[in-house]
Amino acid sequence: MKYARLVWAGLWRKKARTLLTMVSVAVAFLLFGLLHGIGRGLNNVIDHLNGKRLFTASRYAPLEGIPLAHRDRIARVPGVTGVAPWVYGGAYYRDRRNALGVFATDPATLFRLYHEFKIAPEQLQAMQRTRAGALITKELAAQYKWKVGDAVPIGTSLWPAKDGRTTYTFEVVGIYDRGRTPLNAFLINYDYLDEERWAGTGTAHYYVVGIDDPRRADAVSRAIDAQFANSPHETRTQTEQAYLASSLKQIADVDLIVKSIVGAVFFTLLLLTGTIMMQSVRDRVAELAVLKAVGFTDGKVAAFVVAEALVLCLVSAGAGLALARLVFARFAGMIGVVNMPPSVIATGIAVAVALAAISGLLPAARARRIVVAEALARR
Amino acid sequence: MTEAVRVEKVVKTYVRGRQPVDVLHGLDLQVAEGAFAALMGPSGSGKTTLLNLIAGLDRPTSGNITVGGARIDAMSSRALAAWRARHVGFVFQAYHLMPVLTAERNVELPLLLTNATAGERKRKVAAALELVGLHDRARHKPRELSGGQQQRVSIARAIVADPPLLVCDEPTGDLDRESADGILGLLQLLNREYGKTLLMVTHDPQAAEYATYQVRLDKGRLVTAHGAMAVA
Repeated sequence: MKYARLVWAGLWRKKARTLLTMVSVAVAFLLFGLLHGIGRGLNNVIDHLNGKRLFTASRYAPLEGIPLAHRDRIARVPGVTGVAPWVYGGAYYRDRRNALGVFATDPATLFRLYHEFKIAPEQLQAMQRTRAGALITKELAAQYKWKVGDAVPIGTSLWPAKDGRTTYTFEVVGIYDRGRTPLNAFLINYDYLDEERWAGTGTAHYYVVGIDDPRRADAVSRAIDAQFANSPHETRTQTEQAYLASSLKQIADVDLIVKSIVGAVFFTLLLLTGTIMMQSVRDRVAELAVLKAVGFTDGKVAAFVVAEALVLCLVSAGAGLALARLVFARFAGMIGVVNMPPSVIATGIAVAVALAAISGLLPAARARRIVVAEALARR
Repeated sequence: MTEAVRVEKVVKTYVRGRQPVDVLHGLDLQVAEGAFAALMGPSGSGKTTLLNLIAGLDRPTSGNITVGGARIDAMSSRALAAWRARHVGFVFQAYHLMPVLTAERNVELPLLLTNATAGERKRKVAAALELVGLHDRARHKPRELSGGQQQRVSIARAIVADPPLLVCDEPTGDLDRESADGILGLLQLLNREYGKTLLMVTHDPQAAEYATYQVRLDKGRLVTAHGAMAVA
């Protein structure tokens, strides 16, 4: 502890350089926290999804949709407890840049299948009574300051109405708590959209299927798909976890992207901090030599350099991760990840320690090799 | 009189490029405990090399060096570091203070290697700064002090752990006459009142006058030694 002040002071020998290095490291860890957090958060969300739900989509053209007639046939498969259609809205609020997760479904059935969703029963009943009604998450209500009774204009790039308009106005009739699900959804009535839209009538992008026993998920999936084998609309049924995981993979391999970006950033950071630490030792050869002259051993002086790297990396990483944690909810809330998983913080700290150890190694070796008489003779 | 330093047949050879360069040629020297010895001579005569060897900062190519009864030429580098911490205080021409530390933190450095508690360290640092006349500048950083004041801080750092031997390499080389006299007076005080053995390398004959014993080197050999010091 008595050496802490010496280590800290050594770090601030060149204030601007240290500060800029710290900012670089902090930004890298901010990026690390956000990317890793989102990746792991998504995995956590998927892992915690209820195993009693299957998703049935078109086997070959998932975006084209499957006929509504499938719904009743799926519902008759043994083990199925409910079926709700699901249609992507391709929607936005006011401006195309404000993309919004608007989905058309059968809310009554959907809320039965999603036990995680919490809503006042009277609001769900209001949704059944109001054709152009909408149920929104607490997060959307907070983000757009919407409340029950508000009329919300929603634009769509997918479903122009029969009269040619591309904007629908919905009345918010309820606000629900989505629990730990990733669905930050603006839910509308399937029947209403289907009546109004110009194309795609009588189809759904997929069906959310409830089952009575998660252990029979494979058997029920096979039974559903067998119903439509060799038909123009063959289906592919998966568990909700598998469906979301494969959907994410289709958009992007989040893990690979995260690892690639973070790997490149940290490799650059390693070179940066290593160079800066080495420069710092070069600048202080005489000072380190004096430490050795007054009795500090070679090992102790080398340890100071590693400790400086450690403090630099840990303080900066801590700041970056703390910042990531702060902004995380805002970014990650959209995909249902509320808190940064603690494992991200732990991994971040481990990475910071490794970064310090590796980047401090050569400078520490250089400090260890300083020969006092030679170092002081040069000054 | 007890012997503080004994240098026997010391040879020091450096290799510059591929060329070996002999700096000290079988040099013998004894310095009594409590002496204030000035090492003089032209540039390249080997004064600083000899000082570094006696202070345990460098090792002889051959020969023996005994300081305070300990054969330091035979010590491992770890043992030598520990020995320096207990037995030698250093005063350099360029002061070599840590620019980011205050005067008191600079002075405290050698005490960090001891078992002294924070309170004890604080007390000793205050006493050392008091002795060099800088108790009111304890919280100042080196850049806020004059050259003479920085050298006083460096002397306080050298004496704070109470080593018996002080080695000073051109301690007044960067100072004006008035500041130099102040520093030399302080070194003389440490020698006379506190019994420190002092070895001082200097080019300055006026500085050498403060010493009780003058040793002149030329081309790595001791050429003359005179003054009021008993030599064993």
